[in-house]
Amino acid sequence: MSGVSTSTHRASRAGRRPLAIAGPPAILPPVSEPILDIRGLSKTYKGGLTALEHIDLTIRRGEIFALLGPNGAGKTTLIGAVCGLVRPSGGTIHAFGQDLSTRWRSLRRRIGLVPQELALDMFDTVSRTVNYSRGMFGCPPDPQRIESVLRSLSLWDKRDAKLRELSGGMKRRVLIAKALSHDPDLLFLDEPSAGVDVELRRDMWQQIGELRARGTTIILTTHYIEEAEEMADRVGVINKGRILLVDETRAIMGQLGRTEARFTLETPLAALPAALQSFPLALEDGGGLLVYRGGDGSGKGKREVADLTRALVAADIDFIALETAQSSLEEIFVGLVKNREKAA
Amino acid sequence: MINWRGAYAIFWHELMRAFRTAFGSIIAPVLTTSLYFIVFGAAIGGRINEIDGIPYGAFIVPGLLMLTLLSESTSNASFGIYMPRFTGAIYELLSAPVGVPETLIGFVGAAAAKSLILAAIILATATLFVDYTIVHPVLAIGYILMVSAAFSLFGFILGIWADGFERLQIVPLLILTPLTFLGGTFYSIDMLGQPWRAIALANPIVYLVNGLRWTFSGTSDVNIWLSFGMTLGFLAVCVGIITFIFRTGWRLRD
Repeated sequence: MSGVSTSTHRASRAGRRPLAIAGPPAILPPVSEPILDIRGLSKTYKGGLTALEHIDLTIRRGEIFALLGPNGAGKTTLIGAVCGLVRPSGGTIHAFGQDLSTRWRSLRRRIGLVPQELALDMFDTVSRTVNYSRGMFGCPPDPQRIESVLRSLSLWDKRDAKLRELSGGMKRRVLIAKALSHDPDLLFLDEPSAGVDVELRRDMWQQIGELRARGTTIILTTHYIEEAEEMADRVGVINKGRILLVDETRAIMGQLGRTEARFTLETPLAALPAALQSFPLALEDGGGLLVYRGGDGSGKGKREVADLTRALVAADIDFIALETAQSSLEEIFVGLVKNREKAA
Repeated sequence: MINWRGAYAIFWHELMRAFRTAFGSIIAPVLTTSLYFIVFGAAIGGRINEIDGIPYGAFIVPGLLMLTLLSESTSNASFGIYMPRFTGAIYELLSAPVGVPETLIGFVGAAAAKSLILAAIILATATLFVDYTIVHPVLAIGYILMVSAAFSLFGFILGIWADGFERLQIVPLLILTPLTFLGGTFYSIDMLGQPWRAIALANPIVYLVNGLRWTFSGTSDVNIWLSFGMTLGFLAVCVGIITFIFRTGWRLRD
């Protein structure tokens, strides 16, 4: 369990206000209409390091998919294999229903990539480098579209500035602008929030939400669990080149999410009163601490804690302190990785 | 189907880069070559006898032009592809719908075009210092184009092979420039005695310099067909190596 509970906790932890990004669609498109279908994908580097081991992964059209994993888990290799930066050792990748290895020229026009590193020609200007990207992906010049992209990322005023004159956050926006310049249907964001300030992260989330609202499918890797929790329709957990889990974010939270509430009682109890028997409670610390552990990540835990509070008041049981916490996706992820490591 | 827009975008971007860095890309080589014309053509050239019936000032024009073409084509193309590798911006090229043809048209085409522009400026500048004529102007343009393309391809390979700026400079500075100086830029290899003449004939640059000199003056120390054949062969080998690089991802894709 981490931190103090309630939905505002995540916002306060990042020092930001809650976002009004487009939420997950009520009904996701069926898995039978994948935009990306990866089967048996493997990658072993020359030195013998196996970065990917028989990865099977299907991405639905229009969803935001978050790939979570520790450093060296294989996230960037997986993205690289789809985007043409890494040569797979085995397996197949189908994008938009077609084999990426044979139809790469037409399919890559529909795929965008925002890399993790600030990989830019620092002597170029913002406008020139974004136009260059659009042209390289085979799109005709479209000053209005470029202006729209630059304005949406607050880069329009900096369009004639050289990249080396920009802050790190601005450079990351330029990378996004370059990736969006050819209007991709499938967008990869490799650690989009790495090294950016809180305000920019909020803007980026907003931008990603708007992209999804326009129908762009987004696959992002991140270390910020809150990013995945906030935005992703589905989450995939990868470690040591293997996918450990793929499920809808809400389902994962539902299966593994937990709420914990600790009531410090004014007078210790010898046993649980009958009125509280319906709650998942335990008495600890010699009866002076009433601990609730329950919920399923869907909000049920918070509701039950509220009900429990009312029940305590009704039963005339006074408490002098209340501390609550909610398990985050991060804890779920760490737990999963540890469990798999133990099992191995 | 070739991504023509992509190829054009790379070509234009690379060509404009030369003008953005005009001093290093254009002014510096023109200035250096002009100094050669002033020293060897105008100042010393007047005191040197004709070679093969050609005034010395006119004799060195093709060799000096070749020196610039080789070094600039190689440098432009090698830096063009090495810099994105160095900065990491190569990710975009690798993830774009761009293959061998687009890359060659873009990077190599731009490097060759820069060399052609340089060649035109140098030839125009040369008229200020020496009197020369071009006997076969069409063939001269074709030959300059062929050499520029061949060494731009070579530079592209160099830029992919290099894993540091030092390696990038080694080949132009330690191999190309000495071989060009020893390849008959300032003298006819017929002036050399044995065994130096035989050794000079093992220098491939001799054939390039003489090929261009033939288009200028109609005279050559070596068989002109051998010159053209070697240049074409070199160009074909470079295209083959680049195709191999893209198919295997050597030094580009992990």
